[in-house]
Amino acid sequence: MTGVLPVTLEESRKVVQALLLSGKEYVCVMKLHGGASENRVKEVLKEFEDTIYQRPPLRSSVKRQLRTRKIYYIDFLEMDGRNVLFKVGCEGGTYIRKLCYDIGEVLGCGAHMQELRRTRAGPFIEEEGLVTMHDVAYWFMQWKESGDDAVLRKIIQPMEKALTLVPKIYVRDTAVDAICHGANLTAPGVLSLETGITAGSMVAIFTLKGEAVALAEAQASTEEILGMEHGVVARVKRVLMPRGTYPKCWKSREI
Amino acid sequence: MPRSVAPWMVERKLLVKAEGETDPKYGCEPEQRPPKDYIRFGVINLDKPAGPTSHEVAAWVKRMVGVENVGHGGTLEALRRFKGLREIPT
Repeated sequence: MTGVLPVTLEESRKVVQALLLSGKEYVCVMKLHGGASENRVKEVLKEFEDTIYQRPPLRSSVKRQLRTRKIYYIDFLEMDGRNVLFKVGCEGGTYIRKLCYDIGEVLGCGAHMQELRRTRAGPFIEEEGLVTMHDVAYWFMQWKESGDDAVLRKIIQPMEKALTLVPKIYVRDTAVDAICHGANLTAPGVLSLETGITAGSMVAIFTLKGEAVALAEAQASTEEILGMEHGVVARVKRVLMPRGTYPKCWKSREI
Repeated sequence: MPRSVAPWMVERKLLVKAEGETDPKYGCEPEQRPPKDYIRFGVINLDKPAGPTSHEVAAWVKRMVGVENVGHGGTLEALRRFKGLREIPT
């Protein structure tokens, strides 16, 4: 209900899909409907650190179909009477309200979500560059008046930040514009890549200057790509860089 | 099912396949973009206040920063101020 909400401006909206799929972390106050011992509560919270089933609530914006969501961790923080404070790391699309309800069912006494604050959305966390609406209004005016770009960097981060957790493939300058025009990334264009890429997983294509070029679906694993001399390495899903930023380096057939 | 590790706890290493250089004539490091581009290719890590919906908050930012369009990553459910507000995945 409060907390980390990455707002993407103009061109950077294209990275939203990477953010939506990324994990989230919340601090939550859960209110129990009956007495329960601290040990029992801790025990039940541990049980939920798993892949759980959730059916989206009656009033929801997605199809009400039973789906699985991963709960990476639940850290019990504090308990005061019937209020339980905990921190939960989970997959995107987990309903914390539902999670609290289900925890209450397992406890037997029932429970509901009292308060919620998001502490992480993908790579964005509370401790790094989190700004309030007031900060945005204030610093943006400061920037307009002073023209000092350092002020702008206080409130805005480059869209590349949103891709921190997505495995990256760095490519040659000569491959960039073809990708911007929608071509798939082939092996000769690859300079370096991060570990943990598997066939079918999302990757981010970057230039050596650290600019995001596109989001793509890897066609092979990190190890396989390292050994490839030709062939498609990643299928481009979303181009992030405007065409013409880098020179066109491919030959087109004259008609 | 085995317990999964949170994406932010995964450590990645960079492996080099080929050596290459980049021409300073084209493109530019994200931090060095001119202000107009810096904004257009920018993300605000916003602390959403309680009350308004994520969509409302995004719309206000849009007006403040003077850009044409904004998006946001993951809706944070608003306080239910009136009946009929939809519950949104968090």
